[in-house]
Amino acid sequence: MAQPVIEVTGLTKRFGATTAVDDLSFAVPRGEILGLLGPNGAGKTTTLQLLLGLTTPTAGQARVFGLDVQRRRYDVLQRVNFSSAYISLPTNLTGWENLHVFARLYGLRRPRPRVLALAETFGIADLLDRVTGALSSGQLTRLNLCKAFLNDPEVLFLDEPTASLDPDIADVVRETLRAQQRQRGVTIVYTSHNMREVERLCDRVLFLSRGREVASGTPRDVMERARQQTLEDVFIRIARDGRLTDSREAEG
Amino acid sequence: MASRVLGLLLRYAYLYRRSLARSMELFFWPVMDLLVWGFLSVYLERVAAPRAVSYLVGALILWDVLYRCQQAITLAVTEDIWVKNIINLFVAPVRPAELMVATSIVGVFKAAIPGVLLTVLALVLYDYHLLALGGALAPFLASLLLFGWAVGIFTAGLILRFGQSAEALVWGIPFVLQPFSAVFYPVAVLPGWARTVALVLPSTHVFEGMRAVVAGEGLRGATLIAAFGLNAFYLLAGSLFFAWMLRRVREKGYLGKLGME
Ligand SMILES: Nc1ncnc2c1ncn2[C@@H]1O[C@H](COP(=O)(O)OP(=O)(O)OP(=O)(O)O)[C@@H](O)[C@H]1O
Ligand SMILES: [Mg+2]
Repeated sequence: MAQPVIEVTGLTKRFGATTAVDDLSFAVPRGEILGLLGPNGAGKTTTLQLLLGLTTPTAGQARVFGLDVQRRRYDVLQRVNFSSAYISLPTNLTGWENLHVFARLYGLRRPRPRVLALAETFGIADLLDRVTGALSSGQLTRLNLCKAFLNDPEVLFLDEPTASLDPDIADVVRETLRAQQRQRGVTIVYTSHNMREVERLCDRVLFLSRGREVASGTPRDVMERARQQTLEDVFIRIARDGRLTDSREAEG
Repeated sequence: MASRVLGLLLRYAYLYRRSLARSMELFFWPVMDLLVWGFLSVYLERVAAPRAVSYLVGALILWDVLYRCQQAITLAVTEDIWVKNIINLFVAPVRPAELMVATSIVGVFKAAIPGVLLTVLALVLYDYHLLALGGALAPFLASLLLFGWAVGIFTAGLILRFGQSAEALVWGIPFVLQPFSAVFYPVAVLPGWARTVALVLPSTHVFEGMRAVVAGEGLRGATLIAAFGLNAFYLLAGSLFFAWMLRRVREKGYLGKLGME
């Protein structure tokens, strides 16, 4: 097997008494869309932050492109990108200005055609002259996604990227992510609480509970093992039991 | 490197172009200060104090350089925390040093623009010639900018680490430095302990030097050596402090939470 794009080994992050990520190990091959799932506080955001070098691990290691994220952060960051429903872009700049700035930060020589093409893809071409603070949350999310694609990332980390999108645009976003994966082999690690979306989009899912891996595999595979009809039912079971199979069933 | 620094500068340029209020703020307070202090010193000169205008108005203009520069750096970082953009910067391949260089350049502009205006106004209103400081002016300005950078980088580190709860402290720091920097009076009037503090601040040496030049004593080499030597020390210390704060923030996982408190 070719070397995976992302390799996490024994990754652990403690905040005082809280263990947000607990001895986590997984690998993501090139071109895979991995859904990082689990209840609130399971450690999804913390895992993404460890992969981006925003947070230093208490133990273990995260490697992207075979590079230790802690030691080679800037080499990694040049080739990846990140977006989240919980961050924003400077509100008093227009969409174009914001994307232009980030295009420069990623070292793009000719930002304009790239920005226009992305704005077209995400359906915000007519909003580029508007001040970012005046955009609706769904429009802002799409602007954030444009930013995330500026540097042609090989790996994309997305924290609840579709959280505030209407169903139509959410679908457009999913299609775009799929298309990027197919055409350019982009590897995507993303979190979402929308299980229908996850079923449709993810090649593989990794369920976390209290920072630990509870289950991983293709959505179908995980549903079969949990003997559930939908990923949502799997989620609820994990959220309530902290494990994949019913404890009573296992005992009985 | 150059591309990323230019990218950051572009971001600040857009910000100022778009925000009239922010651009007005560049001029408003310094001009108000100049009016009050300028007329006060004209009055003082009439009743008692020779050279009051040269000492006070000159000091006011020079102090503003340090103050604007420090504020520019801190405000640039604070602004990106406020608008929840700071994570975008930290997941881009922007080095902390590049952030510091870009904000320091903004500091130079934010010091220079009102500085020129104040210099012209002082000339018109009080017949005060800042340029009469002659060859000493350039090293004085450079020294104040360097100290403004050092303090700005230090306070930016505090903001990064402690977020909004540190803001009041951060805005206050220049006002703590001011009495010890002997801006409007000679170091000699300070009590002994305060004099010790004063002498380890590069700003003190600039203002003492300025008064010496105005009094016709000329520019002493020792003044410049002290000012630039101390500046080198504070710039290094400020940068190390910023790097240390950044490391703490990464450990505590606050980077992802900045602006969300
Ligand atoms: N900087 C921090 N300091 C202290 N505790 C933290 C910090 N960041 C996260 N935590 C804790 O770590 C745990 C995991 O949080 P994390 O944000 O990774 O969860 P999550 O899976 O993203 O949850 P959600 O679905 O709500 O977004 C939680 O218990 C949280 O309170
Ligand atoms: Mg989260």
